[in-house]
Amino acid sequence: MAVVEAIDLHRTYRTSTGTIRRKWKNVEAVRGVSFEIEKGELFGLLGPNGAGKTTTIKMLITLLIPTSGTARVLGHDVVKDAREVRRRIGYVFGGERGVYERLSGYDNLRYFAELYGVPPKEQKERIAYLLDLVGLTGREQERTEGYSRGMKQRLHVARGLLHDPPVLFLDEPTIGLDPVGARELRATIATLVDAGKTVLLTTHYMFEADALCDRIAVINKGEIVAHDTPLELKRGVVDGTVVEVEVFGIPDGTVDKVRELAGVLAVSVEEREQAQMLIVQTKPEVELTNVILGTLNGASVGRISRREPTLEDAYVSLVSADE
Amino acid sequence: MKTLRLIWMGWLFQFKQMRRSSFDSFLAILWPLFFATVAFFMFRQGGDPDALIYAGLGAAVMGIWTATSVAAGSALQRERWYGTLEILVAAPAHFSLILLPIGLATATIGLYCMVTTLLFGRIAFGIELGIQDPAAFAFAVLATLLSIGALGFLIAVAFARYRNAWALGAVSEYPVWLVCGFLVPLSFLPDWARPISWLLAPTWGMRAIRSAADGGSPWAEIGMCVLLGACYVALGVLVTNRVLRAARARASLALT
Repeated sequence: MAVVEAIDLHRTYRTSTGTIRRKWKNVEAVRGVSFEIEKGELFGLLGPNGAGKTTTIKMLITLLIPTSGTARVLGHDVVKDAREVRRRIGYVFGGERGVYERLSGYDNLRYFAELYGVPPKEQKERIAYLLDLVGLTGREQERTEGYSRGMKQRLHVARGLLHDPPVLFLDEPTIGLDPVGARELRATIATLVDAGKTVLLTTHYMFEADALCDRIAVINKGEIVAHDTPLELKRGVVDGTVVEVEVFGIPDGTVDKVRELAGVLAVSVEEREQAQMLIVQTKPEVELTNVILGTLNGASVGRISRREPTLEDAYVSLVSADE
Repeated sequence: MKTLRLIWMGWLFQFKQMRRSSFDSFLAILWPLFFATVAFFMFRQGGDPDALIYAGLGAAVMGIWTATSVAAGSALQRERWYGTLEILVAAPAHFSLILLPIGLATATIGLYCMVTTLLFGRIAFGIELGIQDPAAFAFAVLATLLSIGALGFLIAVAFARYRNAWALGAVSEYPVWLVCGFLVPLSFLPDWARPISWLLAPTWGMRAIRSAADGGSPWAEIGMCVLLGACYVALGVLVTNRVLRAARARASLALT
């Protein structure tokens, strides 16, 4: 039996505009998401902002009721058996929110230990162990308002592990962390998986998913557009080539023009300090560098390079396929 | 036993958090004093010392209610801002056992207000209460405090469902002063308002406190106060799951 099962999950939000003549609109945030996560697996959910990652995770951790579809965690339905699900899961999200800033890290953990039903006799020992695990030993009596973002994030992880849950949901846990902090947190996540935890991780960072995840589902506009191992996802675009052109002041409409070229698979633009990087994925048999340069209407061009595709390119290709 | 421990630890945590901000604590105590001052000036014009004692006790309970109604709403709103409301809901403990200590902690802050108001009345306006039965008075205050905490809990349940429900706390502040007879005897109210008064535990708490101060027997009123408080808790526990389900369906737990 799969540890986490999502079967044709849908979630629609109802939003309104206007005050007197209020107009209502339904927004479909998740449209038929299905996947399974096996015991001890680290499953990644990748997607751009607004793709439906957090909505999906919130349905699985019982914070949102699906509009339709079903989901189970360790065989318990997330709507009907919400309490049973909550006993067995830990939830950690990224960012600085989610802590009681006026109180110490220790007070925060003590309160949640009560709420998670950690036996009173075990609380001290468990909290000490977790503080050590996340590297907060010695700082636990300080008010959390003085904690850095990384420390708050590590406190989140400790809180999520208080009741030693078999399943962990990590929603962009490394967002905003400095490189060292993010690396340490990734190491902690890897340790947890080694200890037998089942983990669902959402992230923007391709290298993170590549390094950690056993399988990845790419979600875009509320739908899963690809679902495989990182290796297989890369293989899907490995036959292509990526052309990168540094442009100083990219003309309007360039992306659309390049996208229409024969042999182009995907186009994206990354903002650099004083320039933009035009990244074009092409089919293997075509050479489009000069044609791409021709679409730039004489804009000043810097470095031009060709390289093999990465998982990030696979991701860009997948999420921009239906644009 | 587990339930009692959870309520106790929750109260301890919430109370610690609420009194951590000295500015908030100062405001919570100062705010009711403005209303008490207005009431004392008005009643002093009548020249009746008994009326001033009536106002002194009324203003003291007003302080508890003000602290609870406003603070219970803002406490839940603060949970939303902190991003902790979702974590609380995702915890396996019954949500009512998380909300009840919030109501009780805000009522405890109200006790500070009560003591300050009584001292303020004594020092600034020379109101000597001369409590006849201190033990009964203490029981009456405790019963009032607990029942107001229970009412705060009931309001907090609504706060969990509606993102803007914190305004309800502020709106309910003044009508409760009136309808529970804190400053004006209930006999002054229109007949249709009486059943509302009877259903509100602070009405009975206020009567019990006045009765104990006068040397009368407050036990029947204390009993009614505790009974109504227990009803609020039972009602809150019963509706919590339904309210929470609605909040999960409408996605109103988060800020966005």
